[in-house]
Formats: sequence, C-alpha cells, structure tokens
Amino acid sequence: MEPVNGAVASARDEVGDRRESADRDAPGREAGEVARSTFLNRADRANLLRYMAMMRSAEERAITLYRQGKIPGSFYDGAGQEAISVGSSYALGPRDRMCILHRDLGAHFVRGVTPDRYLANYMGRAGGVTGGRDGNLHFGDRELGCVGMVSMLPDMAPVATGMALSFKLRGEPRVAMTYFGDGSTANGQWHEALNFAGVHLLPVVFVLENNGFAYSTPNELEFAVDPVERAATYGFPGELIDGNDVEAVFEASRIAAARAREGGGPTLIECRTMRMHGHGAHDDMRYVPPEMFEEWSARDPIDRYGERLVAEHGFSADEVERIRAEVKAYVDECAQTALASPMPDPATATDGVFADDLTPLGDGKAPWSYWAERPDVERSAA
Amino acid sequence: MSAATEVTYLEAISDGLRQEMRRDPSVLCIGEDIGAFGGAFKVTDGFIEEFGAGRVMDAPLAENAIIGAAVGAAAEGLRPVCEMQFADFISCGFDQLVNVAAKMHYRQGLAVPMVVRLPSGGGFSGGPFHSQNPEAWFLQSPGLKVVAPATAADAKGLLTAAIRDPNPVCYLEHKGLYRYVKGEVPAGEHEVALGEARLAREGGELSVITYGSGVHLALEAAADLDEDIEVLDLRSLCPLDTEAILASARKTGKVLVAHEATQSCGVGAEVAALVAAEAFEDLDGPVRRLTAPDVPIPFSPPLEQAVLPQLDDMKEACRELLAY
Ligand SMILES: Cc1ncc(C[n+]2csc(CCOP(=O)(O)OP(=O)(O)O)c2C)c(N)n1
Ligand SMILES: [Mg+2]
Repeated sequence: MEPVNGAVASARDEVGDRRESADRDAPGREAGEVARSTFLNRADRANLLRYMAMMRSAEERAITLYRQGKIPGSFYDGAGQEAISVGSSYALGPRDRMCILHRDLGAHFVRGVTPDRYLANYMGRAGGVTGGRDGNLHFGDRELGCVGMVSMLPDMAPVATGMALSFKLRGEPRVAMTYFGDGSTANGQWHEALNFAGVHLLPVVFVLENNGFAYSTPNELEFAVDPVERAATYGFPGELIDGNDVEAVFEASRIAAARAREGGGPTLIECRTMRMHGHGAHDDMRYVPPEMFEEWSARDPIDRYGERLVAEHGFSADEVERIRAEVKAYVDECAQTALASPMPDPATATDGVFADDLTPLGDGKAPWSYWAERPDVERSAA
Repeated sequence: MSAATEVTYLEAISDGLRQEMRRDPSVLCIGEDIGAFGGAFKVTDGFIEEFGAGRVMDAPLAENAIIGAAVGAAAEGLRPVCEMQFADFISCGFDQLVNVAAKMHYRQGLAVPMVVRLPSGGGFSGGPFHSQNPEAWFLQSPGLKVVAPATAADAKGLLTAAIRDPNPVCYLEHKGLYRYVKGEVPAGEHEVALGEARLAREGGELSVITYGSGVHLALEAAADLDEDIEVLDLRSLCPLDTEAILASARKTGKVLVAHEATQSCGVGAEVAALVAAEAFEDLDGPVRRLTAPDVPIPFSPPLEQAVLPQLDDMKEACRELLAY
C-alpha cells in the first residue's frame, strides 16, 4: 500500500539560492508532469473535479453579485487556487478540524457548506453562515468542525495548533489543518505557531499557498529564505508541491495527515500556485507581468484536471463537461436561495456577545471513499 | 461547604485552580515556566507533580501562541487557563485575545471557555513593563469578561467561576495582594458568581466604589478616618454590577471611584458616567475619581509612589467629598 508519491519532493532536497526559490515551478518534475494517487477511485476523482468547479462557479457568481451591488464591502476570491483547498480538505476525516482561509472556499464545500450559505454570507443575509455577523470568507461552520478565520494573518495558525494540542492530550488520532499565504509567513505568529507545534509534535497540517503575492508584494520582499525550508528548523518536514495539481495536493495532505495521526507531528506543505485575480475585486493587478498570467492560465487546475480525467482515468469529455455544467446549474439555484434569504433583524445586532452554554464543534463531511469504506473509523465524538 | 481556613490571596488562587483541575479533567494550564518551576509567582507550585506535564504545560515564550492555542483547545472542549508571566505581556498575545477569542461567539456562535490569568499591579519598582493594570484594554473588547478579586475568598471563588464560564475571562490578580492579603477561604468548592459586587463596608455618607488593591486602601482609609463611608468592591468589571453601584450611589449621594489603573477611559470613567446618567437626582456632590495619572508606571520608588494612589491620597479624596 505504499503510495505513489512522485509529486512530493522534500524541501530539503531543494538546495538553491534565493533566486531559485523565486522560480514559480515546484521542483523535481518536468513541466506538465502530474501526480497520481492510488488512494482515489473514480467517484473521488469526479468529486475533486466537482468541488473545484463548484468553487469556481460560486466565486464567479459572487463576482456578478458584487458588480450588481448586492455584496456590501469588498470582495475576495481564490481563482486559480482551487486545487489547494479541495485537494487538502478532501484528505481529512469527519472528526478532523479546519481553520479555512480567504482563498479556500473549496474546503468549505468539501466539509459540507452549501453555496447558498456562502453567497448569503457575502451579501450579509440572515441565511449566511454567520448570519451577517461577519462577511466574505470570514466564517467557519462550527457544526462542520471549522473555526472561522479572522482578518489578522496568520492568526488561525496558533488556533489550529491548539486544536491539535487537545487531540494529542486526549490521545485521539485526529488532525487539525489550516492554511496561510506566502505573505503571512513573515508575521511573528507564524513562527509562534510552527515552533509550538514542533516542540510538542502536534498533529497539525499547515498548508502554505504560495500564490506569488501578498496583495501587491512579491515573494522577494516577504522573505529571504523560502518558508518551506524553515520547516526543518522547527523540527518537522516541509514539502514543496505543485499547488495546481489537485492530486498532488491530495497526496501530500493525505500523507501529512496520516503521519500526524500516528504521532509523527506537523507538516508544512507549500503549494506553488498563482493568484489569478487581484487581491480583492478592487485590485487591477498592474504589478503582475502579463507573461505570468499567460503561463499560469495554461496551468489552470480545473481545465488541467478535466483533461487528465479524460486522458488517464476513463472519463469522456462529455462527462467532464456535464459535471461542470451540473455544478454551474446547482450554483445558480443556490444563488436564488441566497437572494431569497432575508437581511438579519437589526434588533439582534447586540445578541450573542457572550455564550451562555458550551457549543461544541460538530463533525464535517468527509467525502473521500476511504472514510465511506471504513465504517470502523469513529465518526462522531464519543 | 467545608470549614474555612485562613490563607493568602496567592494560596487561594492556587487552591481554586487545583480544585478545578481535580474536579474537571478538561481544565489545563498553559504558561511560561509554570511546570517544574511552578510559575514566576509560584501559583502552580506542585501542579506538574500532581497533574503531569500535559495539563501543566510549559509554553515557549510566545504569548500569541499561548492564547491562540488556548482558543483552539477551548473550541475542542478543553478549558485552558493561561498564565501571563506578568499582565503586561498580554500585549504580546493581545491580537489572539481581542480578535480571535473575544469575537468568536458573536461571529460564529462558538463558545471558547478559557481564562487568562494576569498578575497585575505595581508598588514594588517593577517599572513600566511589570506594573500595569491593563483592565481597561479588555473592557473595550466586547466578548471578554473581566474580574479583579480583592480578597482571598474572592480570588478562589472568582477563579472557579471564571474557569466554569463558557467565555474568555481575564482574571486580574494583583501582585501586591499575593502575600499581603490573607483571609478565610472556604476549603471545598467555592464559586463567586461573575457580575456581582460585594459590599465590603456599609456606610451612609460616601460611597467608595473600587476593586482590587483599591479595596484595601479604601477600607484602611475609612477605618482611619472613622467616618460613615461605604466601600463597594466591584470584583467583576465585566459584567459590571450596575445595580449595586446605583444602589450605593443613591444611598449615600456621594461617589468616589478609585483604582490603581490610569485614569482616562478607565473603570472610574465608566462608573462615573453610569452614576451621572442614572442617579443624577440623588447626588449631593460631584462624582470624583482617585486613580493613577495617565503616565507609564515609573521605576524609582519616589516616582512610583507619586503615581500610584496612596493611603493619604485616599483619605484626602474621602475628606474632600465628605466636606462637599
Ligand atoms: C496582520 C495583518 N496585516 C495586514 C493584513 C492586510 N492584508 C490582508 S491580505 C494581505 C496579503 C496576504 O498575503 P498572503 O499571506 O500571501 O495571502 P494571499 O492573500 O496571497 O492568499 C494583507 C497584507 C492582514 N490581513 N493581517
Ligand atoms: Mg499570497
């Protein structure tokens, strides 16, 4: 049962100077080469495509709503980065826990949030995940085992570390996963979290989405040494992978989660990708060289995976098209549901500052066939 | 409840913490040097031997990691009690406290039951970074409860309640009271509800509304002056016992709010505004404040004494209001 692990190159194999780390390709493979997981069946592969397409469609739908003035405030998306949140969250079990960030809508969908609740949240509606308490991707469905992000980056890294601490103290084979961007690795809390997790070998998977920019600031102005190389200094492995290859992300996450579950401690997975839209809808990205877009458009994670399903996994082109079209129609339906959701009642604005009772986290959806085929795996809290 | 015994404020804190750790296996401590060393002030002395390193965790020097990890652990059903080595260092974990912990329930209905223990207060040449009373920082952060016990019994009772509460609670333990204050403390489980002030001394002419170290100054001043002074110990700053404050203000008609923390936008300002708004008709004089001025707490003893309210300052402020 040894996994095919061609996609996962050890960070420490990549000894290079600074200029090399600015090279946007993950090392160790020829261009166009892809990872294949032996842990995925046909239904899983259709799911990976479906969730990535759902993220793309939902965010495109949201942009339209934003342009129509139906979304107050600002707008952020993760266009081009869909493989990361989908591939990583897909490897988790129901009792694992997540702190999902602003480029990671796909992970919310994998855990079980439906697009109407996402769209309603953006529009500040009562039917949004936070019921209008917070906007955009600043949410986490408690009942699906998620703790919602705050603006301050990367504040969820210490929080995920704390969840992992509780798993370790209770001797539970569970994993916490969180994300952060390349820019966030410059903040002190990044160090605090990774150091703490390393000291106690906590079962946490840190997924770094290196999309080349922190708002307008390129990698070279955020760090002198690629963050994936820093993992070793915290005492755990760092893996550098192609973040636009959903199976590579899945494999690296699956292996990291399995190691964490077995007491092997944290992993830092750096996913190389590219933010294909501005930091927010207001950002025209004039600071990005046009060639960079062309290059990364050709590596679109969804198109690329569709082609692979046809070329290597016995899907017909029609089938791939159908999946994408079905998802789009579903998202359209969800948009109607979201638009029908009322605005929150202003009289409730001061409610809920304090808790009266404990409100435990629930379990998330775990669509990976591994979990469905293993009824022996404990699914809900004892 | 078992018989009361006389212990110090410090022992009462340890006692309350130990009691809750024995009672509830989900309670754990995280902080710097709290394990084998027993904490900078020895509150957790002997804890690691009884509860093990998993529940008495020596944390790296990283306050945001301590508070942030506590939030995660609380979300997962544990009840972490964080120790800041000194209250002042909460500034380094402030972001996790006010942005992550405080807003969690409002934003997503997720309770984070956790306590942050904050050894606070000056009077021993700790200087600008080891003497602060940072309670007003927390009061500007909706979602945090804030308590500041003055007596040994309340030190234990409020800590117990803070640990059992489903919210993040900032527990200010005044370092000057650790060994100075002794009192009877119920030996068994002892809980003091958050949000209830305590009438420390009954009187009819003047209300001194205070908390923490201010309670002891006020009681001493009242005894020395031998006047009909009431002393209300707030104990809990959020939730604030507005009823007790207003009842005392209405009864005496004169209010002095006293605290060791600096003045502007502090608890004194809040209490004064409350009394002015709700008990105006019952007042026989201006609401006054006795606080530290708005300066960092200086190191050198004469400077520090000039800044922190002293017994004579308290007596003077009482005399002036009584004569008004
Ligand atoms: C502590 C902090 N400072 C500033 C910001 C404002 N800000 C929001 S996103 C962002 C860039 C983040 O870049 P990166 O971590 O690479 O994530 P990306 O958005 O590229 O996924 C900045 C500066 C913030 N959210 N948090
Ligand atoms: Mg980035």
